[in-house]
Amino acid sequence: MSLFYLIPLLPFIGFAINGLAFPKLNKQVAGIIGTIPPVVAFALSLQLFLNFDGQAQLYTLAEWIKVGELSIPFAFQVDQLSLLMLLIITGVGTLIHIYSMGYMAHDAGLGKFFAFLNLFIFFMLILVLGANFTVLFIGWEGVGLCSYLLIGFWNQKNSYGDAARKAFIMNRIGDLGFLVGIFLLIQDFGTTDYTQIFASINEGNVPENVGLIAFCLFIGAMGKSAQIPLFTWLPDAMAGPTPVSALIHAATMVTAGIYMVIRANVLFELSPEVLHFVGWIGLATALLGAAIGLFQNDIKKVLAYSTVSQLGYMFMGLGASAYTASFFHVMTHAFFKALLFLGAGSVIHAMSDEQDIRKMGGLKSHLPITYITFLLGTIAIAGIPPFAGFFSKDEILASLYHHDPIMWSLAIVGSALTSFYMFRVFILTFFGEFRGSQKQADHLHESPWTMTLPLIILAIFSVGGGIINLPHFAGGNEFLAHWLAPLLPAAGEASEVNFLSLEGGAPLLAAFLPAALAIYLFGMKKSVPGSDESVTGIQKVIYHKFYIDELYDILIVRPITILSNFLHQIFEFLVLDLIVEGVGKIVQYASTEFRRLQSGNVGYYIFMIVVSVTVILFLGLKTWIL
Amino acid sequence: MYLLFILLFPLALGSFLLLAKPKNAFVISLAGSLIEAIAVGYILFQSSQGNPTLAVSYPWIPEAGLSFSLGVDGINGILIGLTGLLIPFIVGSTANTDKADNPIYQGLILAMQTALLGSFLAKDAFLFYFFFEASLLPIYFLSAQFGGENRIAITFKFFVYTLFGSLFLLIGLIYVYLRTPGTIGSSDIDVLVETARSLPAASQNYLFLAFFIAFAIKMPIFPFHTWQPDTYTTSPAQGSMLLGGIMLKMGTYGVIRFVLPMFPLGMITWGSTVMILSVIGILYGSIIAIQQKDAKRLIAYSSFAHVGLMSAGILTGSLAGIQGALYQMLSHGINIVGLFFVIEIIERRTKTRELAQLGGITQASFVLSVAFVVLSLGSVALPLTNGFIGEFLLLKSVFDQEMWIGIIAGITIILGAVYTLRLIQKSMFGNVSRITKEFEDLTSAEKLVLVPLVVLVLLGGIFPQAILAYSAESVEKLTQLLN
Repeated sequence: MSLFYLIPLLPFIGFAINGLAFPKLNKQVAGIIGTIPPVVAFALSLQLFLNFDGQAQLYTLAEWIKVGELSIPFAFQVDQLSLLMLLIITGVGTLIHIYSMGYMAHDAGLGKFFAFLNLFIFFMLILVLGANFTVLFIGWEGVGLCSYLLIGFWNQKNSYGDAARKAFIMNRIGDLGFLVGIFLLIQDFGTTDYTQIFASINEGNVPENVGLIAFCLFIGAMGKSAQIPLFTWLPDAMAGPTPVSALIHAATMVTAGIYMVIRANVLFELSPEVLHFVGWIGLATALLGAAIGLFQNDIKKVLAYSTVSQLGYMFMGLGASAYTASFFHVMTHAFFKALLFLGAGSVIHAMSDEQDIRKMGGLKSHLPITYITFLLGTIAIAGIPPFAGFFSKDEILASLYHHDPIMWSLAIVGSALTSFYMFRVFILTFFGEFRGSQKQADHLHESPWTMTLPLIILAIFSVGGGIINLPHFAGGNEFLAHWLAPLLPAAGEASEVNFLSLEGGAPLLAAFLPAALAIYLFGMKKSVPGSDESVTGIQKVIYHKFYIDELYDILIVRPITILSNFLHQIFEFLVLDLIVEGVGKIVQYASTEFRRLQSGNVGYYIFMIVVSVTVILFLGLKTWIL
Repeated sequence: MYLLFILLFPLALGSFLLLAKPKNAFVISLAGSLIEAIAVGYILFQSSQGNPTLAVSYPWIPEAGLSFSLGVDGINGILIGLTGLLIPFIVGSTANTDKADNPIYQGLILAMQTALLGSFLAKDAFLFYFFFEASLLPIYFLSAQFGGENRIAITFKFFVYTLFGSLFLLIGLIYVYLRTPGTIGSSDIDVLVETARSLPAASQNYLFLAFFIAFAIKMPIFPFHTWQPDTYTTSPAQGSMLLGGIMLKMGTYGVIRFVLPMFPLGMITWGSTVMILSVIGILYGSIIAIQQKDAKRLIAYSSFAHVGLMSAGILTGSLAGIQGALYQMLSHGINIVGLFFVIEIIERRTKTRELAQLGGITQASFVLSVAFVVLSLGSVALPLTNGFIGEFLLLKSVFDQEMWIGIIAGITIILGAVYTLRLIQKSMFGNVSRITKEFEDLTSAEKLVLVPLVVLVLLGGIFPQAILAYSAESVEKLTQLLN
């Protein structure tokens, strides 16, 4: 047994201990038991990363499902891509576990919480380590389960339970697509192993329906990574505790769709029309998310729509075959979005569970560390150089510029919106007068070190994370591009950027100008968004998320409900059962008629016997009465 | 001889309970079912080693070529194992209730076990038919005597409906039997299969229908299901477990054992029709389950949906389809017994199964809610639970045969999540209601039944190879015959 297996195994053990011992185990002990697995797994992953020699390593544990020619083993693959994902999951995971010890300290369900977090890490690791699409699917559905359990963590509240169910069901819609993709792969290749499939394609064995396969897999990605039309679950998922939002609904799980497309890039590269579709879905989602984010007043909702939008950017990059750029953005986004969510959590913690930014304001003096780190996160996501988000987003934009100028210009618009809504949230939260209640004011405090330490570490990465793939013009050596190169198609990445050109200048303007506008509006003019009733017109439509939830309700939920009632109350009883009862009635009627044959008259019986025997003999059916 | 023992031992013990009416019926019944389980386990182990001495054959009505012959192979072995495995849980689930020491109740359960095992073990078609019918008696008395509201009328309908269906089977069997070679004919299943395969298409078309309708009612397949929701709902918990956990598999087993190999030409004519009916059943059952107010009725409709997928997979006649169906029969049996037990536990404490009146049970009994969630995950086929293996192979087989039908059948994974998660939320989550306020935690007897079932759900999802390998050879032989 290799030490490698400890990486997924440890979180599972942590889950088992905390799950079985809940609720008897002491909360502090539970927190520590829950935090050790990601820490050790991170150390082991780091060691794997540092010793990696460029050759993908396969670890086959055992046969899982074998039917005829089809063999699906429990097999894991350590290569350039899974190693980086390992580091993100266990690294950010560790920080969020530490943070949770402080954030959830007062919650009676802490042991259960850590059990679920560990289980999530386990499934997420399976997802990225799987050496075939079916093992990936184990993790894929497993993280969906954990997401469900954690969104509904405070399940006494029915609306939270509804949000959890919505997330699971919307993901399942995507999963059906994914499953169909797997079936098609099995039909074409007889296997779901990455290496075998990609090798077979490289030998020139390209199936006709490769586009369909890529499309089906992408449907899965739309669910998991919250893209139009399957995105509405993600904002609702904010019902979960904030560390969950940071870990699952920002840094890791929701990027699984991007991971999967990069993993399957060989298939997607053969399907230009699907890549085109991926890009446009990403663009539409990026713009929609950013637009809705403009007017939201719940600090977590803003971040949630921002995540939807940023995921859109990553898919845009994939659509332009800029896999490195997209993955670069996955990484920097993991840093700054986790940071922003955890910062929001720190604010919510201090504000006695208040999430409405209209009731906040002037928090910078009370929460100095949270303030500074949140500011750094905001600058990073807005795309202001030289912070991490600038480099990664700029790379996506640069590839779009060469790929499709219309997409590029719309992406710049989305980028401007991002900068605006983030600075809006930042200013309204930390500057101006405090707008909450006196009770909240009395309670204001900076969070304990368990919460601020992860903020500081993530802030450092949000500032300097760009170094991972620093372009040559900024003095870097494009580490990430070189690292991932063995897994990716040769061309597609953008070249050097000139900041004095339109291509280089527009993203900078889109980052700075809206930020300035937000600072002017909310910082200097001190305007505060009005109550929910005060919004009108187009703003109201956007505020209510374009009424998409309502639309889904009318188009899908209600028809199914009506159909269900119709089938059960009318079709089932008035049609099917009536037929059955009818047959019964006919039999009953017939039996009353036939009863006359059974008259009790022995002579009549004998007569019938003689007739019957004669008939039988006549027909020569001797065998009947043997 | 071993086979004779596992067949007759439950009946002997059951008769003893029914006639002598001893005081401690529960202990006797539980001990007996455990001994039986061990014996079954031993026999399955032997058969997996390829021990041919297991089969037994005695003359039954030699003048007509009927014999009392039993045998085990990779296909019926799964169902024999399922029966042996589940009965101790079903008996155990009566612990500490008024039914525990009721010798009639326990005797009927054990008698039922013999009938079920008999139909799976039989190598003679009429012997199969005999047990197929005989099984109606114990379950009829269980449900009609100990069931809930409106039990007499509902059970009567069930009885007559299934009896009606099996008449077709009898006629079909006799028809084929009369055409077997030799002067006195034979009712050995293998001989019947040989004979039926060579019949002309016109005969096969009728025979296919006769056989299939009997099994379709038993499973049930849309639109022959109207007896099922009522019967499942009104039967006592153990009755529902026997019906849903094991008895419906007589139908799926029948299709594998008789319909598939006997009527290749009938299959050409009717295959796609019955496949479509099966898939309609998947959607129909799932959609109705979404709005159910009674937890048990919800499970009943979900079972109807699940069996539709099994039937569709079997009808593909493919290796993956039949292997998947066999695996799913096993998983479904385990899961539905667990789910019915959870509902029973809730009903014991709250006297209701109305979802609107429940809620917040996780706060009173964490273990119950965890068990319920895991069993439900098995039911919605989450990977690493037993339900995934079966559904994956079944959906794949249907998809391989006809892409669009496969995708439509696949909608079950979405709708399944819809109704199952609703069931969990309405019962386990949310605020405690007036009647769940004083919900008592599980007793140790309840835990002893529930926890192993939960463990089986997970083991079945992680180590399916143990079972798949067991049935592989027999199923491969069957599919070679089909293609």
